[in-house]
Amino acid sequence: MELLNLFIKSAFIENMALAYFLGMCSYLAVSKTVKTAFGLGLAVIFVLAITMPINWIINEYLLSENGVFGVDLTFLRFILFIAVIASMVQLVEMVVEKYSPALYTSLGIFLPLITVNCAILGGSLFMAAREYNFGESVAYGLGAGFGWFLAIIAIAAIREKIKYSNVPPGLRGLGMAFLLTGLMGMAFMSLMGIDPAAF
Amino acid sequence: MKPILNFFKKIEPDKKKSPFLHTLFDGIFTFLYSPNTVTAGKGVHIRDGMDLKRMMVQVVIALQLCYLFGTYNIGHQHFVALGQHTGFFDAFHLKLVHGLIKLLPLFVVSNLVGLGIEFWYASKKGHAIEEGFLVSGALIPLIMPPDLPLWMLALSVAFAVILGKEAFGGTGMNIWNVALLSRVFIFFAYPTEISGDQVWVSGLEKMAEGGYAVDYGWAHSLFNGIFSWFDWSQFDTSTTIDGFTGATPLAMAYEGGWDKVTQFYTESQMWWGSIPGSIGETSKPLIIFGALYLIFLGIASWRIMLSMLLGAIAMSMLLNLWGATPFMTVPWQYQFYMGSFFFAMAFMATDPVTACSTNTGKWIYGALIGAIGMIVRVMNPAYPEGWMLAILFLNTFAPLIDYYVLDSNINRRLKRANATS
Repeated sequence: MELLNLFIKSAFIENMALAYFLGMCSYLAVSKTVKTAFGLGLAVIFVLAITMPINWIINEYLLSENGVFGVDLTFLRFILFIAVIASMVQLVEMVVEKYSPALYTSLGIFLPLITVNCAILGGSLFMAAREYNFGESVAYGLGAGFGWFLAIIAIAAIREKIKYSNVPPGLRGLGMAFLLTGLMGMAFMSLMGIDPAAF
Repeated sequence: MKPILNFFKKIEPDKKKSPFLHTLFDGIFTFLYSPNTVTAGKGVHIRDGMDLKRMMVQVVIALQLCYLFGTYNIGHQHFVALGQHTGFFDAFHLKLVHGLIKLLPLFVVSNLVGLGIEFWYASKKGHAIEEGFLVSGALIPLIMPPDLPLWMLALSVAFAVILGKEAFGGTGMNIWNVALLSRVFIFFAYPTEISGDQVWVSGLEKMAEGGYAVDYGWAHSLFNGIFSWFDWSQFDTSTTIDGFTGATPLAMAYEGGWDKVTQFYTESQMWWGSIPGSIGETSKPLIIFGALYLIFLGIASWRIMLSMLLGAIAMSMLLNLWGATPFMTVPWQYQFYMGSFFFAMAFMATDPVTACSTNTGKWIYGALIGAIGMIVRVMNPAYPEGWMLAILFLNTFAPLIDYYVLDSNINRRLKRANATS
């Protein structure tokens, strides 16, 4: 139940993209069609859900004072987290290239760029800062990934729809995407403030 | 009618020379006369004159009962808070006039600002005006508290029309409901003006030494003059009171469940609507009447209304089973006596532009609004009512739902085509 709460909270209430505005570069750049957004969203879910527990283990057993080295190595967090994320992204990239070359070409540079997607590093750092345990870190990784996935396919569907609208020329493209993100963030505020643990 | 037509022909401004005036002219002209450009007699086109403007006007007509009752209820709540004329039909003229004094400025400002922006954009783009604001302009005053400062209303309408609609390319292109965007703008930018217990009763001003005095302006004194001439009762400008309960049933239910609500309001009172709340939302039968009118004319989608009702019923039953807070234990049928469910169902969720456009999508869309709105209402301590935010939330996902409904249709037919060939 606790874990379900955390999943719902991280997916809807503290949505990575629309409440913290993390992972914006790929969110804005790859959201032109639902198909590619769907692929990138799945990749982000996968990377978040895998790296979060691995980073939890690293953080707990290597970096913390109670770990194997017995010294406080938390200043190494950033570099180690990034290394784990980068290797996971490499894995995803190879799998996507092998099984879905079409998606691979349409995602282009943004697939390797998941490495520096701040939603993912942000997720790991939130996990470390909030001192989640192992189970919670898995639930949080899945939830945050799912929330980001929902946000990107929703904006992609909207952008596909407004392709046919007479948007003022100055706003076409990224300008509209920014506006959409802001308004979506406002709509997502409906669930903000619910505390699942309070019931 | 002939002289009016001739008059219009005479004053028609030149489109090249003054585009703004021509747009204005065109807007008013098509109000009075249907444009004479019709499809030729040959061909298979449908030649009904049911254009956007006529469709929108039907919604405005459906809202008229809400307007009448809302106007009167503003006055009624004001006098109930003062402790004068507490019977519903006592001092009819005072309540009606007070309501008009509060509601008319809201209506005029929201329409002036909204239509003004639309006219300006239409003349900039060089096409005929889109009448999209007719409905929004009629809806916006009904979802506001009666004492809202007018500049705030103007700001929120400008926000909703410019960023919510014109940026998307005008009428029919917007993703989010314009009326709800303007309300949500006030809700997040000036929360004290649109939530809490004090804002739903109009015409009272907090005094420095505590208590409340009536807040009457020149319009009230003008009508006092007229009433004294007829020897009718007048507005008492010297009244003060120590306090009043302006809390809506929802706020009470959040604190103490249904028991607490029934201490203050009877069921029939809540159903017929003589309770504090946003101007147009209180009277359920009149809203349902408007909804039936729209369904009868085929303007609003009955699928969305029905699925939203079912979704809300299912979710409130689930919450009954859970029963962790006083609000969750409110029997599910009584959830519909409180708040703005029916108004949101009839006039907000069914907006054909922002809702899903596929039939399957409409069922999903409505049911999710019902469920999420009920969750926000009951479980979110930050917001008193959920439908506004639930509808905006589902507006966000409506294109996505449509996309996947279409996608699955395409796949199913492809499969069938492959199987037969």
